[in-house]
Amino acid sequence: MPRLPALLFAAAHIQPGEASGLLSGFLHPISGLDHVLAMIAVGIWGAQLGPPAVWLLPVTFPMVMAFGGTLGLMGVALPGVEIGIAVSAIVLGALVLAEARPPLALAALVVGFFAIFHGHAHGTELPQGQSGILYSIGFVIGTGCLHAVGITLGLVHRWSSGRVALRAAGAVVALAGVGFFVRGLA
Amino acid sequence: MRTAVGTALAALVLFPGEARAHLVTTGLGPVYDGISHFALTPEDVLPVLALALLAGLSGPRCGRAVLFVLPVAWLSGGLLGLSRSSELLLPALTASTLLALGALVALDRKLPLGLAAGLAAALGFFHGYLNGTAKLGALGLSGVAATLFVVVALVAAFVVSLRAPWSRIAVRVAGSWLVAISMLMLGWAFRAG
Repeated sequence: MPRLPALLFAAAHIQPGEASGLLSGFLHPISGLDHVLAMIAVGIWGAQLGPPAVWLLPVTFPMVMAFGGTLGLMGVALPGVEIGIAVSAIVLGALVLAEARPPLALAALVVGFFAIFHGHAHGTELPQGQSGILYSIGFVIGTGCLHAVGITLGLVHRWSSGRVALRAAGAVVALAGVGFFVRGLA
Repeated sequence: MRTAVGTALAALVLFPGEARAHLVTTGLGPVYDGISHFALTPEDVLPVLALALLAGLSGPRCGRAVLFVLPVAWLSGGLLGLSRSSELLLPALTASTLLALGALVALDRKLPLGLAAGLAAALGFFHGYLNGTAKLGALGLSGVAATLFVVVALVAAFVVSLRAPWSRIAVRVAGSWLVAISMLMLGWAFRAG
């Protein structure tokens, strides 16, 4: 029985878009300043809180964000995504600024709540024609790297001047969030 | 020009070559083709990595059980799949498997020996079967099985050797990343539009 010509070139693992899937997935989380600031703020806040929050928060964020991304991919609507992302920068920046120390569960809940908005935005923006699994791997690694940047910055928390610098960074994130919020309303 | 293209297309349709879906040809023989196939198939690599991490977290006895059960089950499933003509593509099931294994790693659940061996048998048989239906060949499957043995030995032994609390936390973080990847894979599998 004749096969379609396309089958002659059916060499799975070298599908169109697959070569760029890992790279584009990695670059996607770091392509928007609002996402970048929020995720770095999560890392800094975790570093301020110390163990176990320093690893629990960056673990919570990617998992819940992936859940939000799944909702976005499946076409489940979520209202006010851009506003939610802007508010996440305001709140997370303010928490870093205040060096807030809520109970661990509450901290994880706050981070997880905002992660849904970030994930949903990414999920609805994912380009067609990419290798889903390679894109997903790059996406999660990119997100993890941003948290790692925040945690690394947070290492200066051991010094008093470093604590001041981190709180100033929180103020910058919160102010940027206000800017994102105004832009989202426009 | 159109005639030439039409003739070429007709030739392709009427005299098709061999469909090589999911096969990687290295030129080094079927064993290396199998090794390359596994290495270039993240749908296979990630669950195996998750299982090896989990086995390592569960201790040396579980590590040894998975080390031997997984390759044997993979080879058995693959040999059975060789006689099947259809190719199963179940990305949602693969993602669900990875989700469960990644969650167990993230939660640092220590598995009983029997459960670890059972998981290895089920995972190996299922993925091996898929490899078999992709016509990897007995030698190619042998290459995959050998690779599995090496990968599980290295990863599980490394995790077993970890003593510092932060190092086990790093393994759990890796598990959470696998959960995130699997959830996105599910989203891709059921993508709207």
